[in-house]
Amino acid sequence: MSKKIVLGYDDSEAAKSALAFAVSLAKAQGAELVIAHVLEWSPYSFLTPEEIEQRHKRREEELKRAEDALLKPVCKSLEDDGVTFVTELKYGHIAETLIDVIKKHGASHLIIGRTGHSGLSSRLFGSVAGTLAQAAPVPVTIVP
Amino acid sequence: MSNSIKAAALSAPLLLAATAPAMAQTVDERVNEIFANSTGWFVNLIFSPFPGTSFPWIVAWLVVAATVFTVYFGLIQFRAFPHSISLVRGDYSDPNDAGEVSHFQALATALSGTVGLGNIAGVAVAVGIGGPGATFWMILAGLMGMASKFTECTLGVKYRNEFPDGHVSGGPMYYMTKGFAERGLPMGKFLAVLFSIFCILGALGGGNMFQANQAHAQISGVVGEYPGWITGVVFAGVVFAVIVGGLKSIARVTEKVVPFMGVMYVATALVILAMNADQIGWAFGQIFDGAFTGLGVAGGMVGALIQGFKRAAFSNEAGVGSAAIAHSAVRTKEPITEGFVSLLEPFIDTVVICTMTALVIIITGQLVQDPNTGLYLLDEGAATIQTVDGNKGVALTSAAFSSAFGWFQYVLALAVILFAFSTMISWSYYGLKAWTFLFGEGETKELVFKVIFCIFVVIGAAANLGPVIDFSDAAIFAMAVVNIIALYFLMPIVKRELNSYMSRLKAGEIKKYV
Repeated sequence: MSKKIVLGYDDSEAAKSALAFAVSLAKAQGAELVIAHVLEWSPYSFLTPEEIEQRHKRREEELKRAEDALLKPVCKSLEDDGVTFVTELKYGHIAETLIDVIKKHGASHLIIGRTGHSGLSSRLFGSVAGTLAQAAPVPVTIVP
Repeated sequence: MSNSIKAAALSAPLLLAATAPAMAQTVDERVNEIFANSTGWFVNLIFSPFPGTSFPWIVAWLVVAATVFTVYFGLIQFRAFPHSISLVRGDYSDPNDAGEVSHFQALATALSGTVGLGNIAGVAVAVGIGGPGATFWMILAGLMGMASKFTECTLGVKYRNEFPDGHVSGGPMYYMTKGFAERGLPMGKFLAVLFSIFCILGALGGGNMFQANQAHAQISGVVGEYPGWITGVVFAGVVFAVIVGGLKSIARVTEKVVPFMGVMYVATALVILAMNADQIGWAFGQIFDGAFTGLGVAGGMVGALIQGFKRAAFSNEAGVGSAAIAHSAVRTKEPITEGFVSLLEPFIDTVVICTMTALVIIITGQLVQDPNTGLYLLDEGAATIQTVDGNKGVALTSAAFSSAFGWFQYVLALAVILFAFSTMISWSYYGLKAWTFLFGEGETKELVFKVIFCIFVVIGAAANLGPVIDFSDAAIFAMAVVNIIALYFLMPIVKRELNSYMSRLKAGEIKKYV
């Protein structure tokens, strides 16, 4: 039974550094990577009637865009590196959904990039990285 | 023969009261006159009473329907209430479907179309004419209306059109055509066309002109009198920017602020009630006494009942068919779940929010009572109850809330504007769906409707309350005439869905994720 490492991945620079770090770690430990991308989504947000009507279509488009623009290039480079991996593309609250992914795969380590938002919103609501550092059930590595 | 005269007599005092302060607003007056003359016959037809009584047949029509659905589905509004709540909480939502419209979102959007001026201004009109007793009938109609809404929204989802690109169109016109065809019934197409015509009129009336009209009343109440067409032009411009210009940011801000306003409205009402806690018992006493005696209002008990039923129906739109359009855009494997969710709407809208408005008006003593007899005193026209400052409609609600908190009139003015705006956006969508059902989908065709919609914003703001409110009610109730006929024919389909779902729910086949 190989070890699994979850990488929370988005299109930020920090996420790319985190990816590099995760790859080196996975190679060293012979671990499998779980590349998780979460599309921020709350079932309690408010939509106009038009948005509701278009929602299914938009969702398909968003999933396809994330798959094509974000995950495919990563998959390509991971294949080239010879690292075993799976991908997870989910909607939801970012920190909560990553925790769900960790549980689902029985992973033992979470790696995320530090998005570097030090503005007002992260002071008020906390950053994703900060929340995960506190709430994740496994050790978390935050890559700058 | 006397029917139309009586119906005209009902609206005449409103007209007189509205035209009395002869301000030099010639544009407004002309718009008003033309409007009243051209819509009078339609209003009279819809609100004509049963021969020899003053009871409008349309009110009976709605109440009988709500009663039939309540009985036919075995008090579904009470049986399914807890399950409806857990559906909205997402207990039964598959996490893998995250990113699709949730039950909560569907409910919130549908509610932002119904929670609006009906809850603030409409209730004040009802209580101002029918007295506190109207509240009792309003609550009763709200509770019964939950069954109507359940029926129409289930059908709306079941028979919606799904287009290859993934967008959906639904509503009564679709269940009328597809549902009737499925059951081998004739006339489905005819009903659908008729419904669509009334829906367009309702969208322009209650969903548009009434909103613009009351928004103007509210604004001019705060900043002072000025011509209504100015408000109309500003509103029309903003509505145009959103529905034609696709300016989503405005709509999004509104959609976020409206629920907040709704909560704040109820919270303020609760605070005012708490401040007058010793009088709550008295207020409910007035509501019950008034419900069965009228306490001196025009028309007595029947007068109170008509006002209560009318306002409830206008506010929560149960049986009208509009909610079926709003809810049908939701993707769900079980149409009936959308029905369950939608039955919460009349509850929140009427039983909670409308009742709050009525209680605040009653408890703050806005209606003038004879100190000796306890009966309410009537205005000169003997149609409406005297109020402390002669306020009507939204101004009455504003006065009631402001008597406790002076600043609340500004919050209310903002709330009214936002409610009016969000209701207009919702109804522009309902009207558009009816329009595209009649004329086909297409950008130019849609643009024509949207421009007409904006023009009516100006007309609504410029016209006086009487004719606008009459026409709004008439158009929306005309939708209910057609819709309820269809619901009667299609309710066995809903019953089948309900029985199947309930047995699977009991057997544990409907998976709970939380």
